[in-house]
Amino acid sequence: MTEREFFGPGEAISWALRRDLRLALRSRGELGVALLFFLIVVSLFPLSVNPDPKLLRTIAPGIAWVSALLATLLALGRLFNNDYADGTLEQMLLSPLPLPGIVGGKVLAHWISTGLPLVLVSPLVAVQFGLGGGELGVLMVSLLLGTPILSMLGAIGAALTLGLRAAPVLLALLVLPLYVPVLIFGAGAVEAHASGLGAGGHLSLLAAGTLLAGLATPWATCTALRIAYE
Amino acid sequence: MSTAAVLLETRELGARRGNVELFSGLSFAVTEGELLTVRGPNGSGKTTLLRMLCGLGEPSAGSILWRGEAVAAFDTALRQGVIYFGHATAVKDELTAIENLEFGLALAGLPADNAVVEEALRQVGLYARRQVPARRLSQGQRRRLGLARLLLAHQPLWLLDEPGAALDRQGLALLAQTVAEHLLRGGAALVSTHQDLGIPAARARELLFQ
Amino acid sequence: MNFYHYAAPATFYPLAGKLWPWFAAIAALLGLIGLYIGFVVAPTDAQQGEVYRVIFIHVPAAWMSMFIYLVMAGYCALGLAFKTRLSAMMASALAPTGAMFTFVALWTGALWGKPTWGTWWAWDARMTSELILLFLYLGFIALQSAIEDPRRADRAGAVLALVGVVNIPIIYFSVKWWNTLHQGASVSLTAAPKMAETMLWGMLIMALAAWAYAIAMSLLRVRAIIIERERQTEWLVEALEAER
Repeated sequence: MTEREFFGPGEAISWALRRDLRLALRSRGELGVALLFFLIVVSLFPLSVNPDPKLLRTIAPGIAWVSALLATLLALGRLFNNDYADGTLEQMLLSPLPLPGIVGGKVLAHWISTGLPLVLVSPLVAVQFGLGGGELGVLMVSLLLGTPILSMLGAIGAALTLGLRAAPVLLALLVLPLYVPVLIFGAGAVEAHASGLGAGGHLSLLAAGTLLAGLATPWATCTALRIAYE
Repeated sequence: MSTAAVLLETRELGARRGNVELFSGLSFAVTEGELLTVRGPNGSGKTTLLRMLCGLGEPSAGSILWRGEAVAAFDTALRQGVIYFGHATAVKDELTAIENLEFGLALAGLPADNAVVEEALRQVGLYARRQVPARRLSQGQRRRLGLARLLLAHQPLWLLDEPGAALDRQGLALLAQTVAEHLLRGGAALVSTHQDLGIPAARARELLFQ
Repeated sequence: MNFYHYAAPATFYPLAGKLWPWFAAIAALLGLIGLYIGFVVAPTDAQQGEVYRVIFIHVPAAWMSMFIYLVMAGYCALGLAFKTRLSAMMASALAPTGAMFTFVALWTGALWGKPTWGTWWAWDARMTSELILLFLYLGFIALQSAIEDPRRADRAGAVLALVGVVNIPIIYFSVKWWNTLHQGASVSLTAAPKMAETMLWGMLIMALAAWAYAIAMSLLRVRAIIIERERQTEWLVEALEAER
């Protein structure tokens, strides 16, 4: 009766990634909801302001980004709640696989199933708001670089509010203020490009943010998950 | 048999729920090959004790030792050496029985090759339903899926919380046999139960809560 | 002096009880002096007239709003690292005062902005950051009050406060960068009136008053938290008997 001594983070990441992606594929309906939500919110803005093409082109990046924020927020509930309810989460905390790896894999799967689709449908936003090809390109790159940060920061909030009655509202209150820098640099990138300043600075800051969040947030998320059980 | 190694030991362990003390001054040891049955009425702290022992919660007093060394909550040594089988079945509705078992084993750090997994499903009587999404399994069949995971578990200490719940007579017999074999291999088990599970064990003790 | 001795609620409770009236008295006294200097002694500003006097409240409140968050995060880090219950309680006790100062800073800022810039609100980097800081405070308070188990509330709040404190500089710089790119409001907060010496003194005294007030309030509040958490313990029953 001996225990296996070492489990690497790669094993944990791949386990969580494979499992959560398969779960996501099996419940495609849920995936569609967040995506549809994004498109509906985006479409509401022209109706609430006015359809002046020049105005729409100016506000498009901001609207795309705010909608991405909200869609991510909507999908965050799914990240830990189901696993919490059916007891899988406690098995994850007790697993010999390293928890930061499991959490990292789950967040990655969450991003692939919610953030990445947003990037892929963003050309629709460009059509609706009359964005040019260059602007669309920058918007897509900014979403590609920035939405992982949204998933990673959101995971901390989701872990902190785990199992609480007011969780959805509380999650929004905790997470949205933290999203401000991502929003600024994400939407700012497109605007900077449009005004001829070049989006390089914004985009590299977003990339740096993703790297930084990738290093720091799993620790906070794991701590928050353990706190929820202790 | 006389010098069986101590796996888990508690010293003056205490727990509270809110401001209410559940138990205190609890000291005992579990040695290899030993079965410890935890009995007591609802709300007496059996589940709390088991969760504490697997590292899923911090004692309000006292300490827990694993193979002679003090361990904290979520300690790596505990996570490698203990398997916890709680009320929640950790079964995913969207996955099939076989997928559930494979992911469950991998998460517990156990090898999950196809032949072994299928054999375990055969033993617990789920082979015919192995490709069925778990949402179409009954509560008892879900527990059997957990049982299949136990069949393949190498961890020396098993903490089982009401393992007999929702199991039929055949399932209970299988459970008893699985735990008995584990004890014969030199493993130990701490079982909280209201039923008489009839687990044959060379060394068995009871821990009574009031 | 043994740090751990005073880190126990049982010893800190009577100490806080003895100290808080003193700090409250200091706060009241300095507050009166500061307000007197600010509203009576200090000269009228050549450009802004009497309106500028709100800075005697505004600036100390803004300082305290940021400082208290830092102190709170410090207590949270201590609480997470050493599991000292008292530091977590201090963090919870500080949060409402911090939120109050943040709100006062925003409010007085608006009061000053209307006559000076002709608008209640401008998307200035500092004001925007201050607004987000208010949200961070409220999030902390809301999270702690949503969790029933006090131990989980302490520790979850601590993680949130630490995440927040890492983010505050990032938020500040991002907002500042955004602001300079947009050149939005044509006002500049840095063009403050030249400070006369009396004004500086007034502001300093008001800042000390705010400091003493924050200490007094957090001590008072931490006593309430201790009573709530430890009500079944013997020492507290005895202490409450003795106070009666």
